[in-house]
Amino acid sequence: MSAVDDPSIVIVGASLAGLRGAEALRDSGYTGPLTIVGDEPYRPYDRPPLSKHVLAGDLRAEATELPQLTAVRAQWRLGQAAVALDRAGRTIRLADDTVLPYRSLLVTTGARARPFPGAGAGLPGVHTIRGRDDAAALRSALAEKPRRVLIVGGGLIGCEAASCCRDLGLSVTLVDPNPTPLARVLGMLVGNSVAVRMKDAGVSFRPHTHVKAFESRNGKVARARLEDGGEIEADLVIVALGAERDARWLAKAGLLADGGGLTCDAACRAMTGEGAPDPHIYAAGDIARWPNPLFGDRLRTVEHWGNAVEQARHAARNMLAGRDDQKAYAHLPAFWSSQFDVNIKAIGSTEGADKIAIVHGSRTSGRFLAVYGRAGRTVAAVSFDEARWLPAYESQIACGAPFPPILDATDQAPIDHFSPGFPAPRLASESADTTERESIHA
Amino acid sequence: MRVVVDLNRCQGYAQCCYAAPEHFEVRGHEILFYDPAPPDAMRSKIERAQQACPVRAISVEPAGLGEDDRT
Repeated sequence: MSAVDDPSIVIVGASLAGLRGAEALRDSGYTGPLTIVGDEPYRPYDRPPLSKHVLAGDLRAEATELPQLTAVRAQWRLGQAAVALDRAGRTIRLADDTVLPYRSLLVTTGARARPFPGAGAGLPGVHTIRGRDDAAALRSALAEKPRRVLIVGGGLIGCEAASCCRDLGLSVTLVDPNPTPLARVLGMLVGNSVAVRMKDAGVSFRPHTHVKAFESRNGKVARARLEDGGEIEADLVIVALGAERDARWLAKAGLLADGGGLTCDAACRAMTGEGAPDPHIYAAGDIARWPNPLFGDRLRTVEHWGNAVEQARHAARNMLAGRDDQKAYAHLPAFWSSQFDVNIKAIGSTEGADKIAIVHGSRTSGRFLAVYGRAGRTVAAVSFDEARWLPAYESQIACGAPFPPILDATDQAPIDHFSPGFPAPRLASESADTTERESIHA
Repeated sequence: MRVVVDLNRCQGYAQCCYAAPEHFEVRGHEILFYDPAPPDAMRSKIERAQQACPVRAISVEPAGLGEDDRT
């Protein structure tokens, strides 16, 4: 078989999703050529430890390379981003002008850190955390014992970074526009539990705070200028404003793609501007925005580890299946985060939740399981150090069981429910893709 | 060797910590910290930890795999 007669399956994105997709192709019996393209010079690596153990100095950034679970027998093209797509000719072009023909394409390019939108984002001492190099650079900077660390953004990554910085004994201020940390992910009721832990750990949390710009002294960041005119001194800044995607090369080729993702059909095939899927292009992981039946077919990305794994396997399955055997992908999101000595785990989607009930434990003890309801249906569950209860709610969330779950059973303490306290949605003018910023877990 | 744990799946049963205490550790009530790149000499212990996990959350790269296509 020559390369011309039998072009490769090409995976763009040497990521968790890319690797698991490649393995699934081999496990399903694909024996043809396989090429994996990555913009970074590294084999696929695991991101969750980057904002935790790598920052803390417990792990070297290079230790995060992912295990290969099946021999993928791929040709690796690392350190070269894909820059152009020719759908009619079925080729992609890499940054070094190499042109690769494809039989079918799996896009697993993930997301990148959303840059700080104001002035001073590029100053020395201003960091983001997304890739291995980011984490290694930030770790080196933290080891230099900065006097004051400022973290902009109280999402999962910002909170994890704050926790690591306190473990290192550094002075940390975390600013967020919302009243509590994790307000957009978990709501303010649960977010307040994080605020309490943060305070106990010695983090200075500044709610309702908007940073306008970073200012320098001697060519290095020295302070943040706030929108109300105030300032916060800082010699190291971590910008944790969530993720966005570089999808311009896909949009230029006529696919429905923007900073919020690459729109796919239910079978993970990329949608074209003409309204039909391209049968040769699939996507999985952070980049893929698809109609998830568990969200009422609303188009959404799920930027979590578990989705990268499952969606890549599903897409690989469909890539090898016939056109009349394309199966829809349904996914119940899940994530974990460890910070301030608590293990936070969640399943489902808290988006739009209007009720919350603490069904095990208590917020005062710091260990609890919260169930979220939306319009009378159970939509999500969040555990603080009660992980073993979480799977019990999985099927209820998946089938949209009535909320609140079980009330007034014999010998059961009454379960109160409250408003979860989600902040008002952002105005369109504040962000191009308002729904995505909350789900920033690596 | 390379190891990854699906922490969505992990329930903190800590059986891995008994099988390979040098490479798996529970912090706080249920946070699993593990070494994703243990030395090859530890393979038998790591594989024991993998087998001991009641929820099968641990994935280990088989010996020699991934080396055949190193660039």
